[in-house]
Amino acid sequence: MDHEAPIVENAFGIPWLDFNLSNVTMVLVTSVIVLVLSILGTRKLQMKPTGVQNFMEWVVDFVKNIINDAMDWKTGKMFLPLGLTLITFIFVSNLLGLMTIVEFNGNLWWKSPTADPGVTLTLALMVILLTHYYGMKLRGPKAYFKSYVEPFPALLPINIVEEFANTLTLGLRLFGNIYAGEVLLGLILTLTTSIGVFGVFGFIPMIVWQGFSVFIGGIQAFIFTVLTMVYMSHKVTSDH
Amino acid sequence: MPTLLNMPIQASVGGFYPGDILVVLISFLILLLLVKKFAWGPLLDMMQKREEYVVNELEEAEKNRKHAEELAKEAEQRLGEMRKEAQDMMENSRTLAAKQEQEIIEAAKEEAKRLKQSAQADIKHEKDSAIQELQEQVASLSVMIASKVIEKELTEDGQKDLIDEYVKQLGEDHA
Repeated sequence: MDHEAPIVENAFGIPWLDFNLSNVTMVLVTSVIVLVLSILGTRKLQMKPTGVQNFMEWVVDFVKNIINDAMDWKTGKMFLPLGLTLITFIFVSNLLGLMTIVEFNGNLWWKSPTADPGVTLTLALMVILLTHYYGMKLRGPKAYFKSYVEPFPALLPINIVEEFANTLTLGLRLFGNIYAGEVLLGLILTLTTSIGVFGVFGFIPMIVWQGFSVFIGGIQAFIFTVLTMVYMSHKVTSDH
Repeated sequence: MPTLLNMPIQASVGGFYPGDILVVLISFLILLLLVKKFAWGPLLDMMQKREEYVVNELEEAEKNRKHAEELAKEAEQRLGEMRKEAQDMMENSRTLAAKQEQEIIEAAKEEAKRLKQSAQADIKHEKDSAIQELQEQVASLSVMIASKVIEKELTEDGQKDLIDEYVKQLGEDHA
């Protein structure tokens, strides 16, 4: 039995404006959590870092390395906040669905926002649009449009397809991983609850899978950020 | 009723909803601005500041090290000078001492020579004066004897007695 998503159609009387309230809620929850954690982590900054400040600086260095791998630091500097926000947002998103699931009136309310293709594709689309924007801004329109006919003009259709393919793969990879994780988690949960007393043993695979999903969540957040920076560097740097 | 357990598949694939897209975009961009302003921005500033601080400290340390090296070199140089000076002083005093020693010995020899000479002169003078006195005595004695001889009848015995007497007298005078 599949369950429904809480859909609101034609909100505010606008015909095309439909919402999946579960996604809306979870995106907002994720944003608030990331915001609160980030601000809590960077309170009382000191010259000699202690405790949580060390962790936050480690995260910064981690993302810095990701950017450094893709492009030189002079251009990459400006994408550091983007990378930091992406990796924290996606990581928290991925973990939210692992902790608990809330269903109300047959509607699924609490899940990973990244277990929804709409959300992940929106993120991917945003990233790709940003790469185009910065590509045009940093290299000028001429060099930007010229990059579509490089290395030679016959590749123009492939270059155009590549942009859409990048968007799709970036979004769907994240979605697929997280969604699959949640499906398997749900199956294990069903197993645990459906065989009575012995179901207690179902906790063992559940814990294992949750641990693995934490790992997957981290990896996927990392991959998303890495690919963002790689696509970005394709657009903003002239040397390939 | 909210149920947590009795559901077969928890996740569900929804369709695409334009509202979601807007919500995701807007909330992500707002989040981006907020964390940039309130979390990562200050943290990056702090890291930047620390980096500058470390660089400054390193430069400072380098400067201090150089300064210390200079000081050490200078001290060594000064020490060498001092040592040389001390050596010179020692050398000087040694030659001076030798010179003084020589001078003292010389002076002592001179003194001894002078003393010897004056002693010799004294002795000679004493001797001369003694001889002169004796000569004077002998002369007066002879005169006296002669006068006595003339006074008495000069017998042989009488002469002998006379001489004896005067010699005796002389011995008493010069005792």
